[in-house]
Amino acid sequence: MLKILKYSFYDLIRSRWSYAYFLFYLALGFVLLFLNNDVSKAVITLMNVIIVLVPLIGTIFGVMYYYNSKEFTELLLAQPVKRSSIFLGQYLGVAGSLLLSLVLGLGIPFVLYGIFRSDAIFDFSLLLVTGAFLTLIFTAFSFNIALSNENRIKGFGYAILLWLFLAVIYDGLFLMSLIIFEEYPLDTFSLLATMTNPIDLSRTLILLKLDISALLGYTGAVFKQFFGTNLGFLVSMSMLVLWTVLPIWRLVYRSKKKDF
Amino acid sequence: MIQIENLHKKFRRNEVLSGVELGIKGGGIFAILGPNGSGKTTLIKSILGMVVPNKGSISIGAKSIKNNWKYRRNIDYLPQIANFPGNLKVKELIRMIKDLRQRPSTEEKLVSLFALDPFLDKKLNTLSGGTKQKVNLVLAFMFDSPLMILDEPTSGLDPVAMIRLKELIREEKQKGKTLLITSHIMQFVEEMADEIIYLLEGRIYFRGTMEELKTKTQQPDFEHAIAAIASPADA
Repeated sequence: MLKILKYSFYDLIRSRWSYAYFLFYLALGFVLLFLNNDVSKAVITLMNVIIVLVPLIGTIFGVMYYYNSKEFTELLLAQPVKRSSIFLGQYLGVAGSLLLSLVLGLGIPFVLYGIFRSDAIFDFSLLLVTGAFLTLIFTAFSFNIALSNENRIKGFGYAILLWLFLAVIYDGLFLMSLIIFEEYPLDTFSLLATMTNPIDLSRTLILLKLDISALLGYTGAVFKQFFGTNLGFLVSMSMLVLWTVLPIWRLVYRSKKKDF
Repeated sequence: MIQIENLHKKFRRNEVLSGVELGIKGGGIFAILGPNGSGKTTLIKSILGMVVPNKGSISIGAKSIKNNWKYRRNIDYLPQIANFPGNLKVKELIRMIKDLRQRPSTEEKLVSLFALDPFLDKKLNTLSGGTKQKVNLVLAFMFDSPLMILDEPTSGLDPVAMIRLKELIREEKQKGKTLLITSHIMQFVEEMADEIIYLLEGRIYFRGTMEELKTKTQQPDFEHAIAAIASPADA
């Protein structure tokens, strides 16, 4: 698996897209930090960008990579390598190169700005950790979609739809249900609804760590009570891990049964 | 060497292989022929473990290939479509496959045989289709495995490379290897193959030498014999 990982990683970090992705974060980081001069605000703006962009890029990149390397995967399948190694290797190669762009692109401006001397280091690391989780989760989603759809137009379509649903539509539905059922106690419901969407989960985690939950009103207080504690933090982190592990497990399972 | 029993494969409702029985003892060039959609590629891919059969068994060297991947160490495969990760250089790709297989290899000889030296440092997405096919050939021929499976080896090759390829295939046969080849170029098959395996509607319809085929169909030349076998009533 490590060999496959190594080569698909090499292949990807040399692609123009990885550079573009890296340069985008680099530029964003510099602009936000040096024009704004406020780390906390920069982290919030970055969060808003990361929460939407990382899943989108992870999904598109994963689907694109899978379909583009289809023939090559066939060549690998004929080699004495286990199937699970091939797909895990490729998956980690894609996720790894995206992660590298994210971490370096944001890391460099923050380090130059002096993040290590600031007390926002924890917020910033949390931002990177959730960004990492979102990359892993959505790349795994995209590999699952691509593996289940021979037709690449359909695959792309489903991938975009999934992103659109989790990043935009889900929140809309969530909000609407809160309005419709406002007569009822909704604490548990909103906690659960947040847990079942990795994007919302990441957003809530960061927002609450940034101590601006007062903005969220009563729900914010409930959330703060839950996510703010160590238990809540642990539970949400394990949810993120679960969100990562489940699609990876399905990827391995599905790849074993597929015909190429 | 290869033993296939009662092999069935369906893709959705489309039955591609319906009870293939095939035993190959080893040594020689076997051409797998058949009209489009007769299941040639599916048969090859089943042998390679890329397609999971619905029913039946395949063993290679007396060992079943089910849930087994180590047997592929003894197979060299040339896929039909040569498409590689675009950002890798030819050299790196060769190194990667060598790295995966961990076997002694003869890529220098093959690279000079197909005149690929000037391309070694080029990225794969800059190569033409024919050059990619040559790289594909190098990858397939550089290991010394007892079984070789070549899917349309001639596609996109220029005449010089074609002659080299034929020499190469003959050399491999001399070493006592088993080669399974599919091709739509009958001239190539006639020149190279020792035995014909003809697939029709998911079964092996004919198996034998070129002479047997001509006698059976009463056709003087090979191309017509192949055409006649599919419709025996007219023969």
